[in-house]
Amino acid sequence: MPEFDIVVVGGGPAGMAAAVAAYDRGVTNIAVLDREEALGGILKQCIHNGFGLHKLGRELTGPEYAAVYEEQVINRGITVFYETMVTAVSKEKIVTAQNASGVLKFKAKAVVLAMGCRERSRGALNISGTRPAGVYSAGTAQKLMNCEGFAVGKRAVILGSGDIGLIMARRLSLEGAKVEAVCEIMPYSGGLTRNIVQCLEDYGIPLYLSTTVAEIHGRERVEGVTIAKVDENRRVIEETKQYIPCDTLLLSVGLIPENELTRGAGIPIDSVTNGAVVDEHRQTAVPGIFACGNVLQVHDLVDYVSDEAEIAGIGAADFVLQQSQTAANLPTKAGFGVRYVLPQRVSQDTSKDLDLFLRVTQPFGKVRFTVRSGDTVLATAVRLKAAPGEMEKLTIKNAALSQATDALTVELEELA
Amino acid sequence: MNQINHYDVLIAGAGVTGGLLARELTRYRLSVCVLEKENDVAMGASKANSGIIHGGFDPEPGTLKAKLNAKGVPMLYETLRELHVPHKNNGSLVLAFGKEEEKTLALLLERGQKNGVPDLRLLSGDEARALEPNLSSEVTGALLAPSAGIVSPYELAIAAIGNAMDNGATLLRNFAVTAIEKTDRFTVTAADGRQVTGRYFVNCAGGFADRIAEMAGDGFFTILPRAGEYLLLDKAEGAAVSHTIFQVPTKNGKGVLVTPTADGNLLLGPTAVPVDDPADTATTAPGLETVATLARKSVPSVNTRNVITSFAGVRASEKGGDFILRASEKIPGLVHAAAIDSPGLSSCVAIARYVVNILKEQGLILTENPDFNPIREDVHAFRHMNDRERDGYIKANPAYGRIICRCETVSEGEIVDALHRNPPALDVDGVKRRTRSGMGRCQGGFCAPYVMRLIARETGLPMQKITKKGGASRMLTEEE
Amino acid sequence: MMKQMTCIICPRGCSLTVNTDDMTVTGNTCPKGKQYATLECTHPVRTVTSTIKLANRDGMVSVKTKDPVAKADIFDVMRQIRAASAEAPIKIGDVLLADVAGTDIIATKNVE
Repeated sequence: MPEFDIVVVGGGPAGMAAAVAAYDRGVTNIAVLDREEALGGILKQCIHNGFGLHKLGRELTGPEYAAVYEEQVINRGITVFYETMVTAVSKEKIVTAQNASGVLKFKAKAVVLAMGCRERSRGALNISGTRPAGVYSAGTAQKLMNCEGFAVGKRAVILGSGDIGLIMARRLSLEGAKVEAVCEIMPYSGGLTRNIVQCLEDYGIPLYLSTTVAEIHGRERVEGVTIAKVDENRRVIEETKQYIPCDTLLLSVGLIPENELTRGAGIPIDSVTNGAVVDEHRQTAVPGIFACGNVLQVHDLVDYVSDEAEIAGIGAADFVLQQSQTAANLPTKAGFGVRYVLPQRVSQDTSKDLDLFLRVTQPFGKVRFTVRSGDTVLATAVRLKAAPGEMEKLTIKNAALSQATDALTVELEELA
Repeated sequence: MNQINHYDVLIAGAGVTGGLLARELTRYRLSVCVLEKENDVAMGASKANSGIIHGGFDPEPGTLKAKLNAKGVPMLYETLRELHVPHKNNGSLVLAFGKEEEKTLALLLERGQKNGVPDLRLLSGDEARALEPNLSSEVTGALLAPSAGIVSPYELAIAAIGNAMDNGATLLRNFAVTAIEKTDRFTVTAADGRQVTGRYFVNCAGGFADRIAEMAGDGFFTILPRAGEYLLLDKAEGAAVSHTIFQVPTKNGKGVLVTPTADGNLLLGPTAVPVDDPADTATTAPGLETVATLARKSVPSVNTRNVITSFAGVRASEKGGDFILRASEKIPGLVHAAAIDSPGLSSCVAIARYVVNILKEQGLILTENPDFNPIREDVHAFRHMNDRERDGYIKANPAYGRIICRCETVSEGEIVDALHRNPPALDVDGVKRRTRSGMGRCQGGFCAPYVMRLIARETGLPMQKITKKGGASRMLTEEE
Repeated sequence: MMKQMTCIICPRGCSLTVNTDDMTVTGNTCPKGKQYATLECTHPVRTVTSTIKLANRDGMVSVKTKDPVAKADIFDVMRQIRAASAEAPIKIGDVLLADVAGTDIIATKNVE
């Protein structure tokens, strides 16, 4: 059985950055396994710009951002298996995969899980009506348009105002299709404000909040959709139903980390993030198996994916190099206004500062975040606004961390 | 006009009934042609039903349903093995909530025994919960039918027609019958002008059987289509129950079932709503809510957050309530196999043999076909293979190494097979029903573009002409 | 006149207020925000991203305008991009269409 010090599952932004970071930490016997014919993952179809401002200091498109990391992987001579699909990862860190040459098994000292996420489908939403052609998840339409050069429709309604949905609204408009509306069931958009401005407002596309698609019409191809306002319990208000003729319905209704392999390895999953429970090195409950990127938590910026992947890559390298790690015995907890905190447990390693990542439960104006351990305040931070669509990062200084005695709770208070 | 092909037997409708009948007829030296108005087989009632092999305690004794259900179950199991259709003999439980419903159980037991259903047994609530720990604590009794089972109905129809074709039968698709003329033979015309003739004509047209009967000059019954809505849950929920769980029919309704499927998902449903159009398979918000609520009565822990898709099917019912299996009193050579609603799937092999017998009585000469091969080879489903078996397939054909559908582990090799094997898939949904590509939790999000590419490559169809399910269901729009 | 807008320079999306009489900007948290607001009021520009068909390969190469173009020119830029095709091999940054709306259309993907 071929042996590698580190096997990275997935060659998207997370997998590439993790492999590079692990290599630069001193572990060079690394394999990256990817199911597609090229590295880059979902970035390959994200031809819009807006990537890299935070991480690389310049604004790039998705393929350009991917190329930066791809070059780093190739230049280091890291082994890449293309068109290779991992079918199982075991607790013992045996990775089973298959490609056109057969079934492959690798023995690894450490594994980095970087499988990314998938889109929620129509079925998960339970939209009633017919089941015609022309209902696509936004990412599927994006792949067909951007990678294959096909037109998916001429007149579209988009359900969900996540970033992919907003970006596809602009993309369809640019390609000459008419986007009738973007409907969002929540009273606020899940996408970045800049995308609402430059993808919807620029093209005069209406965004209907607290609105959903109640029914799909058309036997063969979509002929229209019924949209309707929803009440506070997200139930359709009958008298607000409105028919919009269209030939395409795009769904951008959320992303779900692809954790089938993680579950198969017996790794505990956080029911809020839908990703593995990890410590500050992004190590899961199985020693030597790490996770990063959208398989761990759904990110809004690839720059943060790269950051997180570097943490996991370094963690995996240190694990292989048998660097001693302090036990991660302090849980983190989400308090008022906070949906989740990642990592879910941390050690009291006071040699460096600790970053916590979190999302808020709903849009807020000016807020102050506080990290407490018992009665001790470890860190505070003020933000002019906070929204569920934008991940927050809080830093606890190492000196403060040494005062922690108990679980670290993050909460927010609204400031006038 | 093109040349007209002549057959011994024409079958209208490529569902479970027509498919199994075609297969039975190829046991003899006969030319058989199945006419289907859709782009694929199993597009009507056979596509979307509960997929239950009923024990046979439900039908009123004396009816055709009673006669053919219990008798048909062992025939069906044998056929499923020959055709390598995934199925499971998992047994069923009818639940009673309280004394009143327990009386109904006793009645069903008695009826089942009259109908010849083997091994029926009444259980207490606790005995039922010992078999199925997730059952509601409110369950006070249950009727166990060990012979019941589950099968994918469309996979059965596909396999039966595929096997019939392997044995020489012809399938004509997109053949929407618009005229049936009887002289010495039946001359059948399709909407696009194609014509075929046959000495015998069997009406297996499901929801459209009354219209076909009308066209043939023998319209004596009316199909009353009833839609049933379903929720299909992720395989994560597939182990919630191992038996098929029914509720006792009450004055408030027939109840819904909770069952694992032959593919390992969990299925909830159906409702029963009369509809005007047998092709009306739209789902409704209230219908889906009813299904979820009623299912939780049996199994309170069912988590509808794990729903991966919802769908509706239309049963081809008739007011008499029984199957219509008989030769026309007016038109010699015309036979109806109509009004096949539940337990039509359980009875399908028995129905097919019953109809063959009617044809014989009508003068069809049955000479054994010595070349008939009852076996349809298994599809090479990767999801059922271990690593060693997979490695063997990949070494023989590298296309098996390329996984197209991640959720259901479907390889390129399996999809290519589905595009060539009888009856070949012609559209995206056809590939899905044959391989499960796109049937998993992402519902085709990742694999649809790849499947389209493979259809284009293997059939020579341009990408813009590829459909979801034939007709105008184009996946893409043409460039201006 | 006071004009409200959301800065689209970075994902932070600051809410800006511009006084169009004297072009003073408030609400920005960095100098780029002021620059954006001023430009957005006088000459709004956008980077256009799209794809160009490959003449000698299957599929597409992704492209962008080298510099942002006037908002009013976006659809004209798209017309020219749609009419174009490109020959592989292509390197990121290669000019695939020169002099479009005052800038070039460059590749954002390597194609061998």
